[in-house]
Amino acid sequence: MKDVYLILKNLTRKPLRLFLTVFATFIAFMIFGTLTAFQQAFDAGVDLAADDRLVVVNKINFTQTLPIAYVNRVRAVEDVVAVTHLNWFGGYYQEPRAQFAMFAVDAENFLTVYDELVITDAERAAWIANRQGLIAGKSIAESFGWQAGERIPVNSNIFSQRDGRTDWDFDVVAIYEGADPQTDTNSVYFHYEYFNETQSFGGDFIGFMGVRTTDPERNEAVIAAIDDLFANSPAETETVPEKAFNKAFIEQIGNLSLILTSVVLAAFFVILVIVGNSMILSIRERTREIGVMKTLGFTSGRIFRMVLVESLLIALIGGMLGVAAAGLMVSLVNQAPIQLPVLVLGGSVWTQALLYVAVLGFITGIVPAMNALRLNIITALSRS
Amino acid sequence: MSDDILFDLRGISKKFVKGNDTITVFENLDMSIARGDFLAIMGPSGSGKTTLLNMLGGVDQPTSGEVVFDGKRVDTLSENQLAAWRANNVGFIFQFYNLMPMLNAERNVELPLLLTRLGRGQRKKNVAAALELVSLSDRAKHMPKELSGGQQQRVAIARALVSDPKLLLCDEPTGDLDRQTADEILEMLTLLNRDYGKTIIMVTHDPEAAKYAKRTVHLDKGEFVAKELAA
Ligand SMILES: Nc1ncnc2c1ncn2[C@@H]1O[C@H](COP(=O)(O)OP(=O)(O)OP(=O)(O)O)[C@@H](O)[C@H]1O
Ligand SMILES: [Mg+2]
Repeated sequence: MKDVYLILKNLTRKPLRLFLTVFATFIAFMIFGTLTAFQQAFDAGVDLAADDRLVVVNKINFTQTLPIAYVNRVRAVEDVVAVTHLNWFGGYYQEPRAQFAMFAVDAENFLTVYDELVITDAERAAWIANRQGLIAGKSIAESFGWQAGERIPVNSNIFSQRDGRTDWDFDVVAIYEGADPQTDTNSVYFHYEYFNETQSFGGDFIGFMGVRTTDPERNEAVIAAIDDLFANSPAETETVPEKAFNKAFIEQIGNLSLILTSVVLAAFFVILVIVGNSMILSIRERTREIGVMKTLGFTSGRIFRMVLVESLLIALIGGMLGVAAAGLMVSLVNQAPIQLPVLVLGGSVWTQALLYVAVLGFITGIVPAMNALRLNIITALSRS
Repeated sequence: MSDDILFDLRGISKKFVKGNDTITVFENLDMSIARGDFLAIMGPSGSGKTTLLNMLGGVDQPTSGEVVFDGKRVDTLSENQLAAWRANNVGFIFQFYNLMPMLNAERNVELPLLLTRLGRGQRKKNVAAALELVSLSDRAKHMPKELSGGQQQRVAIARALVSDPKLLLCDEPTGDLDRQTADEILEMLTLLNRDYGKTIIMVTHDPEAAKYAKRTVHLDKGEFVAKELAA
């Protein structure tokens, strides 16, 4: 511990070099922190998916519709607790750019199946009673400035009304919150009846169903029962657990986690080279001083540790500042009026970052530390 | 073995192997240094002065032979034991001062004390005393680059004696200084030898410097030679 002063003096002897190495580390950890927050947000769709929930889609693919008559038949399947159905509306608010996730649903059952969307019982009753009512997620409501009680028009980029209009009027009945901080609150739900009666495409079709089962253990049996029910019909179904469905959906965007991992790895590789190289140089410049310290009686092991601590400090300072900056970025992204999943920079990111700090500090420090360890006094002092 | 003998070199050989070449610097060298001696070692370049000093200071090992310090073998110690031995017994003074550029005078002098069990307070006291001894108390906070060559060498002397070693090893301590500054440094060494009982071994090219020593030996091609001191 007596060496702390020496280590700090060595660390700060070339302020510009210190700044550049810390800055490189800082950037890499900021990229790491921000991208990890994104990745975790996307993963949250999978992680937060309920184990006892299934999704029933058209076997051809999930954009194909199903007859509404299927809903009651699925309800009758053993071990099914509740069923709701959803139609993608293609909604946008005021300008086509402002698109968002909006579904026409079966309001009576919807909140039983998707119970992570939280509104009061009174709000729920009010919604069921109001045919033109919608419930909007907290985050989307905030970004459009919607208040409960307000009447708003929403356009569809797919459907039109029978009179040719593409806009529908809605009452914002309630703003729902998520049961978990990462629960999606960027979606809007409204009555299927209102949709079905007004749109001009011809009715009685649904997009897909959400099914809640009695027990995740029963999922397999329920899946088999549902798909058997519609086998060899014009619209066969494919029933999958929600987790698998969400995962497949995310994978449609591309292998996100691979992309994020590659970017983070590239960033870390770059700082490994930059910081490692700078450490090797800076220790080489101190050859003579290290020789003198050894002459005075500092053991090689002690000098080895001092060099290693120095590189660990660079990684620690840059790394922690970087993650802190990522935290700032994440809160800015969350505040921005764009629809993204809620980003959370949690303790696990900090823990991971600390681990990487240790690994990085070790890798960048080990070569110069070994050089210092092995440095022979005679050669060190005769080299001038 | 007399109690008065601090250092005893017995049958020392030193060879450097470079590829296929073997350079023999010493062959069966014997040497005794008395406690309290102030010995000057002179000799032409390449005669082995620095090599000898390195072996005495325990930074280099003889190829064969025994180095006995204060009745104990030094040449058989492990690297870490040698480091501890150096810290306890030897103060080093170099031609080019070799101060740590990022530490001020005080912190430079403190370095050897980091190897002791002394607390911060006691270390500060000892450092102040050592700087006082070399008359540099007023420069305690100065960085090496803010000091003249002579002042830097005085800081180096303070560093060499702060942990109170019995032995001071100096390799051309005045080689980089002008006459007057050199004399100041040499007077300081004389004082340390006379009043503080330090045994001093000093390598020098400068006959004037050697005059400060109690005795002078001449090395040539790894052997001590008798030589009249030219007037
Ligand atoms: N590490 C080494 N490897 C190989 N040869 C060495 C090494 N150190 C010293 N020598 C050789 O040993 C001999 C003695 O060198 P040394 O440095 O002891 O001489 P010196 O008397 O101190 O000379 P100078 O007055 O120039 O300082 C020289 O021939 C030198 O080349
Ligand atoms: Mg020499």
